[in-house]
Amino acid sequence: MAELIVYGIVLGSIIALGAIGLTLVYGILRFANFAHGDLMTAGAYVALFLVTGIFPWLGIPDTTFGSLSFGWRMTLAFPIAMACVAAASILFDRILYRPLRRKQSGPVIMAISALGASFIIRMIVIILWGADYHFYRPGVLRPAIMLPLEIKIRPDQILILATVLSLVILLYLFLQRTKMGKAMRATADNMELARVSGIDTERVIVWTWGIGGALAAAGGILYGIDVQLHPGMGWHFLLPLFAATILGGIGNMYGALIGALIMGVAQQVSTFYLMPTYKPAVAFVVMILILLVRPQGIFGGGRS
Amino acid sequence: MEIGGIIAYLVSLAIMAGIFAVFALGLNIHWGYTGLFNIGIAGFFCIGAYTSAMITTPRPEDVSPMYAQYVHQIFGLNLPFIVGLLGAALVCGFIAYLIGYPTLRLREDYLAIATIGIAETFRLIFNNEHWLANGPRGLMGLPQPFQGLVEPRHYNYIYLVVVLAIMVVIYISIERVIRSPWGRVLRAIREDEVASAMSGKDIVRFKMQSLIFGSMIMGVGGALYAHYTKAISPDVFTPLYGTFIIWVMLMAGGSGNNKGAILGAFVVWGIWIGTKFLTDLLPYTLKARAPYIRFLIIGILLEIILIYRPQGLMGEEKRISKMMD
Repeated sequence: MAELIVYGIVLGSIIALGAIGLTLVYGILRFANFAHGDLMTAGAYVALFLVTGIFPWLGIPDTTFGSLSFGWRMTLAFPIAMACVAAASILFDRILYRPLRRKQSGPVIMAISALGASFIIRMIVIILWGADYHFYRPGVLRPAIMLPLEIKIRPDQILILATVLSLVILLYLFLQRTKMGKAMRATADNMELARVSGIDTERVIVWTWGIGGALAAAGGILYGIDVQLHPGMGWHFLLPLFAATILGGIGNMYGALIGALIMGVAQQVSTFYLMPTYKPAVAFVVMILILLVRPQGIFGGGRS
Repeated sequence: MEIGGIIAYLVSLAIMAGIFAVFALGLNIHWGYTGLFNIGIAGFFCIGAYTSAMITTPRPEDVSPMYAQYVHQIFGLNLPFIVGLLGAALVCGFIAYLIGYPTLRLREDYLAIATIGIAETFRLIFNNEHWLANGPRGLMGLPQPFQGLVEPRHYNYIYLVVVLAIMVVIYISIERVIRSPWGRVLRAIREDEVASAMSGKDIVRFKMQSLIFGSMIMGVGGALYAHYTKAISPDVFTPLYGTFIIWVMLMAGGSGNNKGAILGAFVVWGIWIGTKFLTDLLPYTLKARAPYIRFLIIGILLEIILIYRPQGLMGEEKRISKMMD
């Protein structure tokens, strides 16, 4: 059980990267981005393309760091894939959402557009890479470290936790210390008011998509390192992402982080009693329970 | 292909388009008239199909002990087709109530997430629980209405009449209901919830009734599909095939317009089948991925509609009252 909780924290930290981006987009653009899970898929597959396609061709050696399951190729692919998905998210906003914003379309029309975008991303992934499972490094031995309480943990998983932690700290510093971060928080509070005080809200939106996309890509890649890649992975993340976002209160970044950890632990612990394929359903049931008891989320957010 | 073959092909196309038109009509009640955001149509599709299948087939134990070893099914009532349709509608209505209860009081997108959740959950349950409805292998040998009337190879003509008749009945009843004061309240809620609440309308109750009504129609659609293909398995009810394409149909035809919903279903189904002929021209290596290329085209079609023609082909009919023109 202790082991499942630790695995749950690892899964939860991956969910957190998606959920933080989702809650930022939700808070600033005010619509449910159903394509967010598929941005995670896109990040994972861009990294796969770099690691197995481009980098071998460039002659970057296929080494691993210590007992980790990856090396230089992944270290380079990680930031590049984040940048690619950030750019793709901004592009999607330009092509799909900005015309709708200009026409003052409602949040539901935006969400339907996002649903369409999610299918477009997934179909492109399947067309390019096929519907099968992929790994960054097939057939690699994964040594485990023994911790007290009979917890087995892989070095990869420790690195995943460290990566997520540093990304969250970076984001915190960005939102608290930089001018753009402050503008983003102001826009999330009240877009009209932000606009009259001279904030360029279109630029804020570009940054929001960039950060949301980059974090989603990071989450997708880390999941690919921890488990595997599959075109449907983003869709399966969608319910836990939304559950975490609602749990934390929409627009509340720290709430989303805590919500994601709870979701990850709930999903992993459920495998003790249920088949692992039921994980998305567990996220769904937990979410319905939250909606029944505290629809505004655990940390209140108040705004809706 | 000789002329008879072409006609038979067109009939099978029209049957599927008619079944999807039923779903589009159900979605039109939710989204077109009330503004309810249901993206778990696949869930009602799945529940409707399985309910009707289990109502109309006998228990495997009653067929033969041998058969019961291979097919597991929690119950089988061996009742007529029409009971299956009604049962599918009732069960879907009840599930809709269960989803609506926690979500209708909240923001509109919570309902969307809850409907996705229910669709995924039911697909997982039917896939994993073998005792319930035979797991991933699904149920087979579903009965069809009026089967003895013609030779089996001409049966599709009969089923086309059945589907179109049910579609027309549903169309007429929605048209009548939507013109009633009840229908006006739904549209008032869609346009301005606060104003309707201030006029003394119990918003959550009206939304709930709309959610249940539309979901019952989707249940009928699921049953019609099940008895057409005679075999169902959980992998049919995916978000792509069970939900997404129906949204594209309604948006293409024009939400808030029942004629538009039907037109959209036939047009988009025609495009979906038409793209099959296009992908057949692809080189062999790409053929395995053809269905995904077709879905990609449908996805792009949706985005184009949303940006350039949000009112769809027909747009919403302005209906105030027959007393005012």
